Amino acid sequence: MTGLATLLVLADGRLPAGGHAHSGGLEAAVSSGRLRDLAGLSGFLRGRLATTGRITAAFAAAACVAARTVRAADADADADADAGHDDALDRHRLDALDEGLDARTPSPALRRASRVQGRALLRAGRAIWSVDPAQRDRHHPVALGIVAAAAGLPPAEAAVAGAYGTVSGPASAAVRLLGLDPYGVHSLLAELAGECDRLAALAAARAGDPIDLLPADSAPLLEIGAEVHANWEVRLFAS
Amino acid sequence: MRAQARIVAVADPVRGTRLAAMRGEPPLLPRRTFPSDSEGEVQLHLVGGAAGPLGGDDLRIEIEVGPDARLCVRSVAASLALPGPAGGQSRLHITARVAAGGRLRWLPEPLIGAAGCDHRTVTSIALAEGATLLWREELVCGRYAEPVGDVRIETTLRYGGRTLLRNDLAVGPRASGWSGPAVLDGARAVGSLLVVDPAWSDATSQEPTRCVWMAGPDDGSGRPDSAGGPTGVRRAAPEHSTAAVLPLAGGPAMLVNAVGADPRAVRARLDRLSVRRYVPERTARFRAIPIARVSPAASSATAGDAE
Amino acid sequence: MRPDPQVQNGTGSHDHGTGPHEHAVDEVPHTHPDPGVDPHAPLTSPVPGTTRPVRVGIGGPVGSGKTALVAALCRALGDELRLAVVTNDIYTTEDADFLLRNGVLPADRIRAVETGCCPHTAIRDDISANLDAVEDLEVSLGPLDLVLVESGGDNLTATFSRGLVDHQIFVVDVAGGDKVPRKGGPGVTSADLLVINKTDLAPLVGADLSVMARDSAARRGDLPTVFLSLVDDPVAGMVADWVRGLLPARTDRRGGPAKLVP
Repeated sequence: MTGLATLLVLADGRLPAGGHAHSGGLEAAVSSGRLRDLAGLSGFLRGRLATTGRITAAFAAAACVAARTVRAADADADADADAGHDDALDRHRLDALDEGLDARTPSPALRRASRVQGRALLRAGRAIWSVDPAQRDRHHPVALGIVAAAAGLPPAEAAVAGAYGTVSGPASAAVRLLGLDPYGVHSLLAELAGECDRLAALAAARAGDPIDLLPADSAPLLEIGAEVHANWEVRLFAS
Repeated sequence: MRAQARIVAVADPVRGTRLAAMRGEPPLLPRRTFPSDSEGEVQLHLVGGAAGPLGGDDLRIEIEVGPDARLCVRSVAASLALPGPAGGQSRLHITARVAAGGRLRWLPEPLIGAAGCDHRTVTSIALAEGATLLWREELVCGRYAEPVGDVRIETTLRYGGRTLLRNDLAVGPRASGWSGPAVLDGARAVGSLLVVDPAWSDATSQEPTRCVWMAGPDDGSGRPDSAGGPTGVRRAAPEHSTAAVLPLAGGPAMLVNAVGADPRAVRARLDRLSVRRYVPERTARFRAIPIARVSPAASSATAGDAE
Repeated sequence: MRPDPQVQNGTGSHDHGTGPHEHAVDEVPHTHPDPGVDPHAPLTSPVPGTTRPVRVGIGGPVGSGKTALVAALCRALGDELRLAVVTNDIYTTEDADFLLRNGVLPADRIRAVETGCCPHTAIRDDISANLDAVEDLEVSLGPLDLVLVESGGDNLTATFSRGLVDHQIFVVDVAGGDKVPRKGGPGVTSADLLVINKTDLAPLVGADLSVMARDSAARRGDLPTVFLSLVDDPVAGMVADWVRGLLPARTDRRGGPAKLVP
């Protein structure tokens, strides 16, 4: 079952999951003078999608697969106490995916930002869908997979929400910070839509891979910029 | 061309460390070099025996450091990834294993990706708990005024069985947005230094929250701006955000990342932020100082005075 | 010229009810929740075995004196209540720093929330960061009686979500013009308490406080309004009393009637 409208709810920038306070590294790039205009934003979004976006899609899809299995096992257990399903492997897989994101996020500031957004998304997921209350402290992509599973979405849709979110967040921040033409900014997002779909399909196809083989593409200036940003006295965005 | 090199260092009661194996074939030729470290470290250089890597090459380097042995591997010159005569990807696989109490320093010269190249380096480092590591990786995007080909560097660090770092870097025509402001922002050189020191095990149980020091512009004058605000937060000049020290989660390790206009700028930033004495190079007076005996938090005091 | 600085209306028990009432012809029939009463089920505290603190939001336009009011309330209530503050600033730590500099609360009782250029989003549309901050305070400090959530300066339409606060105070100042209450907007019309601040400036800016009193009464029905000058009353006594009235009777409160060990 795919629920296109449910996907829209999950991917909507207005979902109360804390996203509006995060710029995805854009504020740091703007303040350092690396990003001034629409052309700069285009390069920024492409680089972010190819790195953070690819990882987010892969881990959201993988977490969605694991979370769906856990949910199915829980449902079986509810229906029949003697079902004896062992879903420990999939619960362990969620923990391992979380560690996998630690290993892909050398910047402590980015790890904190990811967990803050993960917590906020799980809070929304608990309120809106039936997310397991034990799931509280997760990296954002893992949280996205868990919430997507609770919303009944398949892994590819968790992944596309993840990939799109890594560019729509900074795009919206660019409108607010730089006053860029919103039509121009959304044209960039529309241009990247095909790439989001492609990354999501790849992510879903590899959702069961060993964690060390999942994508790990890094963006050195996002990492460096996040550390610089976290040490500012005054900033508009949390990351 | 297929080539393989294998280096095995083991502890020796008299000399500290001896080489139980050191063999290679062109273009991977290890040569014992001197002086060795006074702490019983054995040093060797990889001497390029042919151009390359060229497209189609498949090169493998295997390094093993036994318990309490100390090994340092360098290279005599930068390597240059070039397109092969028949096309195809060049590949370099580096596998390193270090036992508890062992120490490996991998400090080669940069890799330069030439126009049209298609190169992939896959590094897999497995440390036993209690092993020490210093691992440098530098990439230059093209020779002078030349666009870079496709280069992909994939790094996996495991410590005591847990993966502490999975970090890939892709540049070139196939890597979308790589020269944009999120990834390298037009910088032609990028580098990292991976430091693992079991002595940090206690210190890093809680993530240090202030862990960035600024590398300044290319004159190397950058240092922490100590002008604290009302809450005492260290604030750095944002326009020079080109390097950072990143304590990793889950183990006693940190990654130092730097970008720059050229490899010299990157090397200077890496050295400055990692405290120069981690990398003794030719400076004899630093030799006796043990590697990585400064915690990430404590090294802030010395980050500025290395230059 | 200056009205008696006291609560103008709203002396307590009003029966707004949630039942049917008169509607205009073009209106969809609906019910109004009782103002000042959180229609949501009480949220559980992250600290097991405790009830969560009362949360009071303080909003209002830029420069109307929200932070100064928070500081005054901290002075007035800091010794008798277990109190913490969350600030939502445009620039993250500005207001938190003001509170720290003024020494009204220790640093561990203040949290600053980043708002991504949109303070009203963080207090109304996406309250997750604020909820995290409130819960972090409860976890790190133990049970609390009161959390003040200060909005970043925004416009007249910015109000707090009922999912974030139990009660809200809207602060305007006389220097913003005596027509502000007449203009209305959700903050002026629906806040549980309207504070008209800086009354000491009224003669200087030619603001007519009686006009402001009349307009707020017209806009706000039975909801209370307070005229305040922190120059004359540095602990904002009327507002502090109003806040005290929001708290459930408790026996374990510091300075409370029966001093039990918390």
